[in-house]
Amino acid sequence: MAGGGQVEKRVKYKSSVKDPGTPGFLRIREGMLLFVPNDPKSDSKLKVLTQNIKSQKNTKEGSNKPPWLNLTNKLGKSHIFEFENYPDMHACRDFITKALAICEEEPNKSAVSTSSEQLSIKELELRFKLLRENSELQRLHKQFVESKVLTEDEFWATRKKLLGKDSIRKSKQQVGLKSMMVSGIKPSTDGRTNRVTFNLTPEIIFQIFAEKPAVRQAFINYVPSKMTEKDFWTKYFRAEYLYSTKNTAVAAAEAAEDEELAVFLKPDEILARETRQKIRRVDPTLDMEADQGDDYTHLMDHGIQRDGTMDVVEPQNDQFRRSLLQDLNRHAAVVLEGRSIDVESEDTRIVAEALTRVKQVSKADGETTKDANLERLERMSRLAGMEDLQAPQNFPLAPLSIKDPRDYFESQQGNVLNVPRGAKGLKRNVHEAYGLLKESILEIRATGLSDPLIRPEVSFEVFSSLTRTISTAKNIIGKNPRESILDRLPKSTKDEVLHVSPTFSSVLSDKKLYMY
Amino acid sequence: MPAIASKQYSDDVSLLVLLLDTNPLFWSTTSITFSQFLSHVLAFLNAVLGLNQLNQVVVIATGYSSCDYIYDSSLTSNHGNFESNGTGMPAIFGSLLKKLEEFVTKDEELSKEEVSEDRIPSCLLSGSLSMALCYIQRVFRSGHLHPQPRILCLQGSPDGPEQYVAVMNSIFSAQRLMVPIDSCYIGVQNSAFLQQASYITGGVHHTPKQLDGLFQYLTTIFATDLHSRGFVQLPKPIGVDFRASCFCHKKTIDMGYICSVCLSIFCEHHKKCSTCGSVFGQSKLDDASSASDKKRKAPST
Repeated sequence: MAGGGQVEKRVKYKSSVKDPGTPGFLRIREGMLLFVPNDPKSDSKLKVLTQNIKSQKNTKEGSNKPPWLNLTNKLGKSHIFEFENYPDMHACRDFITKALAICEEEPNKSAVSTSSEQLSIKELELRFKLLRENSELQRLHKQFVESKVLTEDEFWATRKKLLGKDSIRKSKQQVGLKSMMVSGIKPSTDGRTNRVTFNLTPEIIFQIFAEKPAVRQAFINYVPSKMTEKDFWTKYFRAEYLYSTKNTAVAAAEAAEDEELAVFLKPDEILARETRQKIRRVDPTLDMEADQGDDYTHLMDHGIQRDGTMDVVEPQNDQFRRSLLQDLNRHAAVVLEGRSIDVESEDTRIVAEALTRVKQVSKADGETTKDANLERLERMSRLAGMEDLQAPQNFPLAPLSIKDPRDYFESQQGNVLNVPRGAKGLKRNVHEAYGLLKESILEIRATGLSDPLIRPEVSFEVFSSLTRTISTAKNIIGKNPRESILDRLPKSTKDEVLHVSPTFSSVLSDKKLYMY
Repeated sequence: MPAIASKQYSDDVSLLVLLLDTNPLFWSTTSITFSQFLSHVLAFLNAVLGLNQLNQVVVIATGYSSCDYIYDSSLTSNHGNFESNGTGMPAIFGSLLKKLEEFVTKDEELSKEEVSEDRIPSCLLSGSLSMALCYIQRVFRSGHLHPQPRILCLQGSPDGPEQYVAVMNSIFSAQRLMVPIDSCYIGVQNSAFLQQASYITGGVHHTPKQLDGLFQYLTTIFATDLHSRGFVQLPKPIGVDFRASCFCHKKTIDMGYICSVCLSIFCEHHKKCSTCGSVFGQSKLDDASSASDKKRKAPST
């Protein structure tokens, strides 16, 4: 920068874009910006206090536009300065940035000095809150303190437990982890100073340590030996910022330069080790059939980018790339685990150490012994056994024996009925019977058919009984369940009935319909 | 002549195979005499032959120990004028009666040779059914034009359970051939075989109450040919007796044990199936009885 604390350049001042611009000089000093036109008669002299500048914009070097610097002040008015060349413009811009940063720090300093009074303010707030909630207490307070019987301190001294109880009540309930991702918190960006500010709360620190064990390990290693906590977090957030730009080339370059930064940029080794151990313990005998249709695993993030953009990455920078899915999964795992430590401390180091201790304990529990491993392998081989690779199993065969059917048919023997006649008696009977039979045949041969063959009244009786049998319902039931009323009619009649009344056909063909 | 023959062939040409029960043990115990019975039957046969010029009738006699073809109306020797003795006997049946007499004599001879045991006095239904089906099969294979065959079983003897399997086999063959088996039972007890036969094959079963009106029964119910049965209502029985006979004792049972491999029926529990040799498991009902068996065995050994 030219002239410690002062920059002077030849510029053209434009109040708007269309303005051709008045040539002049721009002088930038601490706290002030002065533009003096060449022509003493023109009245576009400008004096701007850096405090009033809200933001600055500039045209990019590479574009065909001339080097402009656009300053907007708090009132909204914009001043455009056209420089002769880009390096001039960059110098001015940097100077203004520095100036803005300096004037921003000052109000912060004033804020710090009031912190010592804050504790008591906090306590006052607590007191007021208690009084508001408890009307009884408020009455007592009014009675004693306002009538000057007791001083404030004395009043609250006896009620310390009320104050204390309140805070204890707060800490008793364990608040769970937020499911919103920490790395998704957008920092506040400052357009004026081009600064990016991250707000770190203990909550956020805890989440970062829980999700990224490499960061935790680095913290324990580097702080306070190599760098301060503030530097550590600055480096960490620089790494985060580099990630968000998705510029892996830059990330690789910076990692090569800065060793500590590299720790944040590289993939988390501790985490990788943990997951590898977990994988070893997983039962590999799974049904792989379901997985065949899904073939998106070769794409990073399953093809979904965090911001919706697609990026091509060079292979040597691949390890500096991080995927949304990895972050999500890790965050989800941590949230589900819950708070593994009870330490509520402001000190980051204590938190880090406590987390490490817890992780070591769980790691020791999870380690499998040799026997367990053997057992697991055996079980796996049993489950995944393939039938056609086994030795042939020879089942004992029983010969088929079916009885000779002749035995059944030829045995006319039924020791079933107790025929009262003896064997001899039967023979005699048989002989007699045959004799009778032969007699009958001879008789009919001689006499011919009986005349009359059948008596009319007998015939009539038979006819009527048959007709009765046919017409009664009892004969219909049980014979053929598949028959229906229609089937009993002659075919032509059935056709006619069906033709005339199609709506009845479904009713009449119902299997359960009977004629009564 | 084949052209004319085809024109004459209508739907209602039928071949009736009559199975005549000539079991002497039954006929010696009935109210109606065999000669009266025969006259009814012969008149009926005449009527059937008169219904259609191309109708055929075959008569098979079911005896005590044997069966035989008695009469075949399609044989030319029967058409011709037979010697009529001046009796009222239609000439057409002269050979039938002659053959019947010869058959009865033969049957008597056979029954003498057979060692007489205690056996239900049944006729050889399975044999005559098989013969009928063989004849029908021959008719089926004779040519394209043939009458529609059916079997009419006139029986009075009770069922012989030892013939159960054979009768069932015949029934199923008839079902396969689509030959209905009509049955007219004139005996005292109910015949389960005949009921099942008619039920399975789609025939008609009837038990006439009045035996002196047998001709009327025969002509009303059993003379209808198969085509006419589509629109003529015939009396049907209320229920069917589906009892089977066991394989070990050949007695009729309605509840028993069945081998799950070959479906043989037994009336009591066996350790092994006698037909196929498969070993039976312990049945739950026998747990108590087997325990008592063991107790009994111990002192005897």
